[in-house]
Amino acid sequence: MLYSSIGYYALVLGLGISLILVYFSIKNFQNSSTLNTKILSFTFLQFFLVVISFVCLIISFVLSDFSNETVFNNSHTTKPLFYKIAGTWGNHEGSLLLWLLVLTLFILIFFLKTKNQPLKYKLLTLIFQQIIIIGFFLFLIQTSNPFNFIFPTPEEGMGLNPILQDPALAIHPPILYLGYVGSSIIFSSALAATYLNLVSKVWASHIKKWIIASWVFLTLGILLGSIWAYYELGWGGFWFWDPVENVSLMPWLALTTLLHCIIVLEKKQVLTSWVIILSISTFTLSMCGTFLVRSGILNSVHTFANDPERGLFILVFLFSLIFISLFIFFFFHKSSPNNSNSFFWLSKEISIIINNWFMMYFLSVVLIGTIYPIFLEVLSSQKISVGPPFYHKLIIPFLIPFLMAMAIGPKLKWIKSNIVDKSYLALFFAISIVLSFLIVKKFSTNLLINTILVSSALYLFFMTLRDFFIRKYSNISQNIAHFGFSLLILSILLNNLFSSEIITNLKVGETFTSSKTKIVFKSINQKQEKNYKSIIANFSIENINEKIEDLSPELRIYNQPNIVTSEADIKTTLLLDKFIVINIVQNQDYFNVRYQVKPFMLWIWISVILISFGGLLSFFKREHEK
Amino acid sequence: MKNKLLPIFIASIFIIVFILFYKGLQNTNIYTPETKTSNKIPSFKGDLFYSDETINSLNFFNSDKFYLLNVWSSWCVPCRKEHTFLMNFKESKKIEVVGINYKDKKINAANFLIELGNPYKKIIFDQDGIIAIEWGAYGVPETFLIKDRVIIKRYIGPLDEKTAKEIKSIIK
Amino acid sequence: MKIFKLFFVIYLISSFNHLEASDDDVKSKITKNLRCLVCQGQSVYDSDSQFANSMKVLIDKKLEEGFTEIQIYDYFRERYGEWILYDPKLNKNTYVMWLLPILIFLIGGAIIIRNLILKKN
Repeated sequence: MLYSSIGYYALVLGLGISLILVYFSIKNFQNSSTLNTKILSFTFLQFFLVVISFVCLIISFVLSDFSNETVFNNSHTTKPLFYKIAGTWGNHEGSLLLWLLVLTLFILIFFLKTKNQPLKYKLLTLIFQQIIIIGFFLFLIQTSNPFNFIFPTPEEGMGLNPILQDPALAIHPPILYLGYVGSSIIFSSALAATYLNLVSKVWASHIKKWIIASWVFLTLGILLGSIWAYYELGWGGFWFWDPVENVSLMPWLALTTLLHCIIVLEKKQVLTSWVIILSISTFTLSMCGTFLVRSGILNSVHTFANDPERGLFILVFLFSLIFISLFIFFFFHKSSPNNSNSFFWLSKEISIIINNWFMMYFLSVVLIGTIYPIFLEVLSSQKISVGPPFYHKLIIPFLIPFLMAMAIGPKLKWIKSNIVDKSYLALFFAISIVLSFLIVKKFSTNLLINTILVSSALYLFFMTLRDFFIRKYSNISQNIAHFGFSLLILSILLNNLFSSEIITNLKVGETFTSSKTKIVFKSINQKQEKNYKSIIANFSIENINEKIEDLSPELRIYNQPNIVTSEADIKTTLLLDKFIVINIVQNQDYFNVRYQVKPFMLWIWISVILISFGGLLSFFKREHEK
Repeated sequence: MKNKLLPIFIASIFIIVFILFYKGLQNTNIYTPETKTSNKIPSFKGDLFYSDETINSLNFFNSDKFYLLNVWSSWCVPCRKEHTFLMNFKESKKIEVVGINYKDKKINAANFLIELGNPYKKIIFDQDGIIAIEWGAYGVPETFLIKDRVIIKRYIGPLDEKTAKEIKSIIK
Repeated sequence: MKIFKLFFVIYLISSFNHLEASDDDVKSKITKNLRCLVCQGQSVYDSDSQFANSMKVLIDKKLEEGFTEIQIYDYFRERYGEWILYDPKLNKNTYVMWLLPILIFLIGGAIIIRNLILKKN
C-alpha cells in the first residue's frame, strides 16, 4: 500500500516537473546562450521519479499487494517470481509506465550526450519531448493509473494469462519499447531542427546514431515477439499479419527508410523535407499503433484492455501531435535551394530513392490493410477481414524488383565509373536463376513465380556474400545487414516451400503411418506443478530413413485463470525444426496431434540477428573511419 | 497557389481520418451476424438423438407452429442456466422446443436431460458440429425462433428473463 | 514506360493467385483463409477451438462432395458474411483497399521521375 502511494505521487511530481522544465526551457531559449544547469538537473530528477514509480510497481507485484488494482488484475501468489516481475509491464497500465520510463530516459541521454549542437536546438527538442511526456503522464494518471486502490484487499489475484509467462515475452516489451518509444527523440529533434532551420548534414550525423539505436532495438523487439509466437502459441507460425504485429512493423518500415535517407543527408544537403516527414511519421506511426491496440477498435489475439475512453484520449493526443508537427513543417520548413548537380542516374542516391519508393509502398500496404476495415465499417457497416492473402498478394510481387535493387543499388557508383570486371553481375544472375529453378521444381508446383522470387533472393545473397569476401568496400555494416535480409527472405521462402504437416487424432498407444513418417503415441505422464497440472504425451517419430526421434509435447491445465495451454515440443537443428503439439478434443478420449517439419526456422532468427548486428556495427563505427 | 493547395489537402484528410477513427471507437467489436443473405432455414440432414433415424429439415419443421431451436451441450455451463426458460416453454401450445445437441457424448447429454428435464420435442445429434455451422451458429448456447421455415430471431448466448419475455410476446 | 510497369504489376498479381496452393493442400489453403469466429484473430487452420474443428470436418465433407474452393468460400460467406474470409473479395467495397497501395506506388514513381527531370533541366 505504501509503495502504491509513493509510486502514484512520484508520477504526479513527475508531471509537475514537466511543466517546470517547459517553463525553464522557454526562458533559457529566449535569454541565454548557455544551458541553465537547472534544466539538466530537472531532467534527471524527472527520470528518477519515473524510475521510482516503476520500481514501486514492481515491488507491489513481487509482494503480491492486491490492494493495488493492477496487481490484483494481473498477478497471483503462485506465479513464479520472474513472471511476477515481468507481469509489471505485461499489462496496459504497467506498459504505459514503461513508455514513460523510455521517454524520460532518452531525453536525459540526449541531453547528456549532445555536445556540439546549438543550445536552442537542445532546448527545443526537450520542449517537444516534454509535450509528449506530459501527454503520457496525463493519460496515465487520468485513465490508466497503475496505483489504483481497491478495498477491501482481495485475498488472491486474478492471475496472468499463462501464455504470457515466457522468457521471450518477458523481455519483448522493454526491448521493443526502446525502439518504438525511442523514435520519440527523432520526432522531437526533427521538429526542433525544422523550426530552427537546422536540418543539415551536421544535424543528420548527429541524429543518425539515435536512428540506428532505435532501429536496432525495434528489429530485435519484433524478433523476440515472433520467436515467442513460434515457441509459445503452438501453431508453428511466426508472423500472422495480426494488427498488433503490423503496428510494430509500420514504424520499423518507416525507420528503415529514414535510416537510408539520413545516410544521404549526411553527405549532401538534399531530401531534407522528406527526412523531416519520415522522422515525424515514424513516431506518429508508433502513437497510432498505441491507439489501435489499446482503444478496443481492433480485434486481435493480443490487444490490451478495450476501453473507448482511453481510446478517445489517445486519439486526441495523437492528432494533436500530428497537428503540431504538420504546422511546424508547413510554416517553418524552408526547402533547400535546388542543387543543380544533385542526382545522376546510376548513383547511390538513386538506389536509396528507389529503396524509399518501395518501402513506402510496403508501408502503405500494411497501413491500409490494418486500418481500412475500421473505416469501411464506419462508412458502410460492413465487416471484412484482412489477413495474410491480402498482404502476400500485394507485397510479394514487389519484393522481386526490391531484392534486385538491393543487390545492384550499392554498386551503382562503381558500375558507372569503371568498366572493370562487371561480368560477375550477370554471372550471379544466371546462377541464381538456374539454382532456384532446380530447387523449386523439385518441391513445388508453382514454378514461375516461386522461381523468380527465390532467384532474386539468391541474387542478393550471392552479391552480398561476394562483397563480404572481397572486402571491396569498407561499408561492412551495410553489407552484413543486406546479407541478413537476403538470408531472411530466402529462409522464409524455403520454409514456406518445404514445410510439411500431419494432423491426426490419436489415443494413447495408437500409431499413425504415412508414406514418409510413422508417429507412435507411446504414453502419458501426469504431474502436478506449482500452479498447473501437467500432462506430458510421449511420442516417437520415425522417418523414412529409419531415424527415430522422441518428442514430448505438454498440456498445462491452470487453475488461476482457468485455462488450458498447449506447449509444443520443438527439436531444432541447423537445417530444420521438428514441431509437435497436442490438443484436447472436448468430450473425447483421443487427442488431436499436429506434427510439422519446418526447414530453416533457425536461419530466420539468425538472419534477423544479422540484420541488427549490421546496424549495431554502424552504430559503433567511429566518425573518422568512414 | 500550389503551395496553399497541399496543406489544405492534408488538413482535410487529417480531419476526415480523425472523424473516421472517432466513429470507429463507437462500434462494438462483437461479431453480430446480421449479414446472412436470407432468413430461410438451412436445409440439412441429421440424426435424431434417441431413435438414430435420419431426418431432413423439411420434415423436422413440418407444422406451422412457432419453433424454438436451441443449440446446447452437456459440457456447456451457460446452457444449464438457460434450461429453466426452455422448460417453461415446454407445455406451450403455440411453440415447439427442439434441440441440436452439439459435439456431445450421448450418455452425458442424456444424463443432462434426466437431471434438468427434457424440454425438447425432437433433438438432432450433431456430433461434429456440422449442422450448427449450417445454421451459422458458432458456439453454445444459441437459440433460433422460427416460423414457417423462416428464422425470425436469433439469440447468441444463453436465454434470460428479457429474451424469454420477448419470445413470449412474439408468439402471442 | 508507366504503362509497361502497370501491365507487369497486374500480370504478376494475377499470376500470383496460383502461388499458395498445390493440389493436395487445398484444405490447408481454405482453412488458412477462414477466420475462426470464436477466437481473437486466428484462422481456422491455426485454431483448435471447437468451432474450428467443426469447420475442418465440414470442409472435408464439402471437398468430398465435390465443392470447389470458391464454392466453399461462398457457402461460408452465405452463413457468416464477409467477415469470415481473410481474403477480401474485390467488390465495390474493397476496390479502394486493393488499389490504393498500387496508386501510391505509381504516384511515388511519378514524383521521383518528375523531380529527377526537373533537376536535370
